[in-house]
Amino acid sequence: MPTAMEIYKLLPKTNCGECKFPTCLAFAMQLANQKVALEACPHVSSEAKAALEESGAPPIRLVTFGAGELAAKMGDETQLFRHDKTFYNPTVLGLIADDSDGLDGVKSKLDEAQAMSFERVGQILRVDSVAIRHSSGSPEDFVAAVKAAAEKGLPVTIMCDDPAIASKAVEACADKKPLLYRATASNFDDMVALAKDKSLPLVVSAPGLDELAELADKAKKAGLNDLVLEPGVQTSADMLVNMTAIRRAAVKNKFRPLGFPTIAVLGPTEAEHMKAALGVMKYSSAVLMDTMPREMVYPLLALRQNIFTDPQVPIQVKAGLYSVGEPTDKSPVMFTTNFSLTYFTVRADIEKSKVPAWLLVVDTEGQSVMTAFAAGKLTPESVAKAIEDFQVKEKSSRNEIILPGMVSRMSGKLGELTDMKITVGPRESSGLPKLMKTFSG
Amino acid sequence: MGFELPKEKFGGRIKEVAIGATKDQGGTRSARLMAGGSNGLPFLKFESEMPHLPLVAMDVVDTVRMVPEQLQESMGAAVKDPLEWAKKCEAEWGADLCVLKLQSANPEEEDRPAEELEGLVDKMLKSMALPMVVYGCGFEEKDAKVMEKVSNIAKGERLFLGLAEEKAYKSIAAASMANGHGIVAFSNLDINLAKQMNILLLDFGTKPENIMMDPLMAPLGMGLEYSYSNIERLRLGALSGDPVLQMPMICDCSCAWNVPEALEDNPEHGSAELRGVYWEAMTALSAAVAGADVVIMRHPRSIVMFRETINVLAGGE
Repeated sequence: MPTAMEIYKLLPKTNCGECKFPTCLAFAMQLANQKVALEACPHVSSEAKAALEESGAPPIRLVTFGAGELAAKMGDETQLFRHDKTFYNPTVLGLIADDSDGLDGVKSKLDEAQAMSFERVGQILRVDSVAIRHSSGSPEDFVAAVKAAAEKGLPVTIMCDDPAIASKAVEACADKKPLLYRATASNFDDMVALAKDKSLPLVVSAPGLDELAELADKAKKAGLNDLVLEPGVQTSADMLVNMTAIRRAAVKNKFRPLGFPTIAVLGPTEAEHMKAALGVMKYSSAVLMDTMPREMVYPLLALRQNIFTDPQVPIQVKAGLYSVGEPTDKSPVMFTTNFSLTYFTVRADIEKSKVPAWLLVVDTEGQSVMTAFAAGKLTPESVAKAIEDFQVKEKSSRNEIILPGMVSRMSGKLGELTDMKITVGPRESSGLPKLMKTFSG
Repeated sequence: MGFELPKEKFGGRIKEVAIGATKDQGGTRSARLMAGGSNGLPFLKFESEMPHLPLVAMDVVDTVRMVPEQLQESMGAAVKDPLEWAKKCEAEWGADLCVLKLQSANPEEEDRPAEELEGLVDKMLKSMALPMVVYGCGFEEKDAKVMEKVSNIAKGERLFLGLAEEKAYKSIAAASMANGHGIVAFSNLDINLAKQMNILLLDFGTKPENIMMDPLMAPLGMGLEYSYSNIERLRLGALSGDPVLQMPMICDCSCAWNVPEALEDNPEHGSAELRGVYWEAMTALSAAVAGADVVIMRHPRSIVMFRETINVLAGGE
């Protein structure tokens, strides 16, 4: 955001008061604090307006495609390193179907993409979009494939370098706001015209950053604002360097021509799959892939979830009574907090022992055992309440609960509140397998 | 439009450390490896030097108790015998170096006596020639005995011994200093603690070129984001000129195999083995992209995937 003084310089400086503020400077200060809109000034020049809009815009534009609640968001990032604040919009993943595979082939790939949706730590992780690529030579096949894709509800990317054919595909799904891929130096004017005519986001593509900035700037001057940049990503080195350069240029240097989200289109090999992981970490707003084996997609989605976690907001699991293995009413019960990392570690250590158990997860707003204890979020009362709420005594007849060694101090009070036998567990969860073995058989 | 790549120049540089000693250098290893040495963010060669690619260390665990069953199947019988396992790392799986984890020293489990472990290290040094890192079991008293013996039997080999921790570093530091070995300083996802560990070791008399940092690599899906940012911050701190943070980082990515999701039977997530391979390869890639100088890995296939990627990242084919 520009400062009040920067804004003031662009205002008429007449102090006419029509904005309801006594002076232009007072108005500028309100503007800088985003308390009023520029429209409140009836006399501002159109040049000043454009300049202010420009300087107030985020370093990387937010671009969306698709419609409804599944619409995909790209860009709007403000950081080079997640620890400086956070990364906002997780890399949009898309599976590419090629129209030369025939309509059935396309449809089965669309089904594949749609089926790749998993729940992980309370969040739904999914392949967020599909892309239809034209290589069949038959515009009719392409349009049919795009139609099939649009019906799925996932955001669609239309991949075709021929503006005439792309325009037919666009007709088939313009109301779904597809992403138009792509304008290059050789089809530039027609693709830009098509995107403008249908108000669609457009991918601008060039191997070199120099040329890419030039094309993006040209598209912008032609009136397009929703652009996505495709730099050269031939090798992982190209990808890292180009994506880093774009992010730096946009965020650090406020270089407007590159202030847009980015996209990488990757092939079907294992090496390309690793590039997808690289893209998730290093600044690709979207990654489209030829193949997405489930063995790769699940870890890739987990990686994306990890990298795009707000460093200030820990991932939480839902409070409740979880079964590890197949516990019975004779199995031991223990509790931990709902900080996902704590939960996963404890769970993994119980699993190692191969002794089935009940794991009670107490809501501590995502804090770990010690932090929650110190902050008064893990108390004998809150544990007793969780025991009550999740009907622990009905699931296990042992009338015994194991507490984390770190909070052994609460054992007396917890015993009083629950009438349960309290067993103090190890201080580190790595000691659990040993303890658990005493419960086997 | 004359777009210029926006470059970052830093004042600091990661120290270079040497792992292993060849015959000429007083040991019997096949190579002396160098880790570290970079003066910029990883793989950005247009603005900085990266004299050495991240090294790939393969771990060898001396008790099958710590190796998931599925992995025993997919990596074969060798993982039941640390000597065979280490030989495979050298001959077939293309490791740069070997990390021997003496988990059987654990006094609450196998509790193998220090003499036996000394014998194991001796045999391993004689049966293969990769440079080595040796980790104890994490029980201070026991590790003190084991590491003293390991240090002596491997005199001249320029091992790295680990893990030195805040409350237990003196005996292991003494053991490493006695025979010219290096030491791995462990810290638990905390940049201040990482720094503190290095200061403790330096004050104790350890030379900076004998220290590598293990800032704790949390695996994909189990806190990777904490490690990723911690490693990035450590690397940025070092590059901005803090000499106490300029030790190379060694990150244990074999922890990926401890993540239940990596190996559980779940057809929705594809076949378990290949999923685990990706799990480890992506964990290692994130460590390397954030700033690791040595990654510890376990599965030969994930190593192939990882290496292929970093070779190209560094400008090779």
